[in-house]
Amino acid sequence: MSAGLAEAPGAALAAAPAPYLVVDQVSKSFGTFRALERASLTVGAGEFVSFLGPSGCGKTTLLRAIAGLDPATSGRIVQDGRDITGLPPSARDFGIVFQSYALFPNLNVSENIAYGLRGKAWPRSRRQQRVAELLTLVGLADQATKYPAQLSGGQQQRVALARALANEPGLLLLDEPLSALDAIVRLHLRQEIRALQRRLGVTTVMVTHDQEEAMGVSDRVVVMSRGRIEQIGTPEAIYRHPATAFVAGFVGRSSHFDAVVDATPGMLRAEGLVLPCPATRGLLFGTQVSTYIRPEDVRLGPQAQALPGHFVAQVTHVEFLGPICRVSLEAGRLRLEADVHPSLVPAVGSDVMAALPEDRLLVFPQDV
Amino acid sequence: MSDLALPVRVQVPLEQRLLRLGLLLALAVLLLGLVLPLGTLLLRAFEDADGHFVGLANFVAYVATPSLRIAAWNSLWTAALTTIIVVPLAFGFAYALTRSCIPGKGIFRAVMLLPVLAPSLLPALALIYLFGNQGMLRVLLFGESIYGPAGIVAAQVFYCFPHAALILAVALSTADARLYEAAEVLKAGRARIFATVTLPVARYGLVSASVVVFTLVVTDFGIPKVIGGQFPVLATDVYKQVVGLQNFNMGAVVGLVLLLPAIGAFLLDRWADGQRAGTLSGRAVPYVPKPRRARDLPLLALCLLVSTALVGIVGVAIWGSLVTFWPYNLTLTLNNYDFDRFDTAGWSALWTSVRIALAAAVCGTALVFTTAWLLERGAPGGKLGHAVRFIAGLPLAVPGLVLGLAFILFFNHPANPFGFLYGTLAILVLNGMVHFYTVMHLTAATAIRQLDPEFEAVGASLKVPAVVTFGRVTVPICLPAILDIAVYAFVNVMTTVSAVIFLYGPDTKPASVAVVHMDEAGQASAAAAMAVTILAVTCSVKLLQLASGGLVERLTQRWRRR
Repeated sequence: MSAGLAEAPGAALAAAPAPYLVVDQVSKSFGTFRALERASLTVGAGEFVSFLGPSGCGKTTLLRAIAGLDPATSGRIVQDGRDITGLPPSARDFGIVFQSYALFPNLNVSENIAYGLRGKAWPRSRRQQRVAELLTLVGLADQATKYPAQLSGGQQQRVALARALANEPGLLLLDEPLSALDAIVRLHLRQEIRALQRRLGVTTVMVTHDQEEAMGVSDRVVVMSRGRIEQIGTPEAIYRHPATAFVAGFVGRSSHFDAVVDATPGMLRAEGLVLPCPATRGLLFGTQVSTYIRPEDVRLGPQAQALPGHFVAQVTHVEFLGPICRVSLEAGRLRLEADVHPSLVPAVGSDVMAALPEDRLLVFPQDV
Repeated sequence: MSDLALPVRVQVPLEQRLLRLGLLLALAVLLLGLVLPLGTLLLRAFEDADGHFVGLANFVAYVATPSLRIAAWNSLWTAALTTIIVVPLAFGFAYALTRSCIPGKGIFRAVMLLPVLAPSLLPALALIYLFGNQGMLRVLLFGESIYGPAGIVAAQVFYCFPHAALILAVALSTADARLYEAAEVLKAGRARIFATVTLPVARYGLVSASVVVFTLVVTDFGIPKVIGGQFPVLATDVYKQVVGLQNFNMGAVVGLVLLLPAIGAFLLDRWADGQRAGTLSGRAVPYVPKPRRARDLPLLALCLLVSTALVGIVGVAIWGSLVTFWPYNLTLTLNNYDFDRFDTAGWSALWTSVRIALAAAVCGTALVFTTAWLLERGAPGGKLGHAVRFIAGLPLAVPGLVLGLAFILFFNHPANPFGFLYGTLAILVLNGMVHFYTVMHLTAATAIRQLDPEFEAVGASLKVPAVVTFGRVTVPICLPAILDIAVYAFVNVMTTVSAVIFLYGPDTKPASVAVVHMDEAGQASAAAAMAVTILAVTCSVKLLQLASGGLVERLTQRWRRR
């Protein structure tokens, strides 16, 4: 079935608790450049939402509009029932962790964490107690008097997190919090952030260009491209039922080819092949469509033979990826990738039978 | 959801408005101390002595006066000649400091800076001791006179050397070792590597250094005044027109002419600066020279030669100031330091200078650093920011003499409500701050730009006012740069002659002006003694900065250690 034609069910059905943050038709221009075009979304209390997209897609712009660092040009942002659209950052209620962490290099870990704990509400003893609490929370109790330069990247990132959480903000904003770290630390830390967020129940918005990161930790993912929101949904929904061609191509791996709706209902014609595809039933004959298929959905060998519309393809290249092998195929001008168990890999240059299961084809009419 | 896209009305918090107000204040100071005086100067060039608009009549008169034309030509060719001598010398010296393995680099670097700390008059006085009418080495000139172009160029070479060497040392120190390795692997010879890797990197440094030297020579007043004899140049012409002939309008015209090479140089330097961007990526591997005798020995010889000359000139000035009657009675004496005998201001001139320099350093640093922070972080953007940023870059193109002239024309105007400042210490302090504003501003802005751009945003998210972040984070981190700015201001205000020669009052004569006056009165030894005293003060301040550097480091920069 096609996600592109029906309303993506995953997005609508996602667990939607009482909205804590409402972004309504928010646009942002820098001069004549529209960085953000009428973005609307809601974030439930205690929810973890990621903004995902390539660089320049407007995800950081949207985050900074929510923080008030670069206020929106038009639209409305409501946090916890309060319209915050035009408020300066200092009048809002959020904590933020930047990509660079922006730790104050001349203050030690404790002083950094205590930076926002000032004024009458935070007498010395209460402040010290809170700092100790936070240090324990992020597991840095023994590093309290060190300076940021003396810490590892992961430790710095935890200090930044503790500092952002010190005032118990209602909203935690994370701007590419993990991209400055190496791969192993990233994986570990993202699970830690998620666990911490669950424990504290703080509503969290994270910006990232790493889809694995977004999929791994988020309740819902907001996929953005060129200043627009493409899709909002659970990680599974945006992977299985991408709402647009962009999402299908950007999230996860997929092979892409152009096709035309055939005269026979429910059939697709591509590069000389005729493929069954019930999702095209509602489309007019001759409609140009972009078609995507994920490598794990492509069937080879006997499995393929059992499906209608199977065809012969030549193996051009095999990539070993550990648990699976990714096989590159060519059938005429059609190029495909298929995931195969390492024990079943066909030889390079050999011909194999291939098929594209009709319910796994993702088709999107091209706007002409 | 409505389809209406209502524009957002952004609330500006009180704090932000106060910060904007601070920027407005900085603009006011710069308007008062730079834009309005220069505007007055411009107007006066088109007026006659009675204040009537006469169009280009003054300029026509200027071009029609052969002596003035000759002065312009003299300024140009002495500046060009100085540049041709200084830049290769400075390049060799800087190359030795950055790209060789000679011993004693620290000492050479310190000696190189010596002329910066002395008033430009000092080398001129020392040259007169050596080659003047009673000069010890006069025979070496074979009957030629040092008073004139020879003396001017020789003294300018000494005075301009450190400025060129500093720029070139910076340009040469930013070398990427990987480029050299790549060239070597591709079997390029030494000469080819020098021509294809070293020179291109230093190219804009060379442009900058040439521009700076040329401008310094054209606009310097002290050296031609002391050693120029009857040789007219633009800078002494302005002085003659204003102080000698009281012809302010012609003075303004000459001032504008003097502004031309400076503005041209300024634009050329801006252009070179723009071209330079991206020559060194953040991932560059620093170049570390390996010892090689064939290169190191000649460079060491060059450094020794230059350093000897620099120390020698200063040494001669000091010696001359301590001698009873040069060159006939060389018994040492401190009589020349009894300034009250030679000049009405006496020792008080030195204290006046120290007070002006201190005030300009303290107020100037506070003004410049705060303004730079407001521009970069506190209250960035907007037309106001653009205006302040633009004006902050101007003083670099305005020679001290022109600024000084603009000041008298502006503050002396009967209708000016700020006229009361004329002849006070305050006007000298304001002049000093504005005169050296650009370099101080660039130093401050560079230091601030190295800080994480999100510091203020983090502060705001934690509800900490930007001013608190400024005080707790920005200032402590930038303290070394702030000290640099203050010492730079102090040293330059202490040694400058050109900007203050028109501005002092009977009770506010600075030491550098006293040097000129004593030299004019034929008291060369006393003039040298005063110049040496100024050098002693600036050297002490510089040494104090170096000595306190360790303490400041320990107190505020502990976090830099890993």
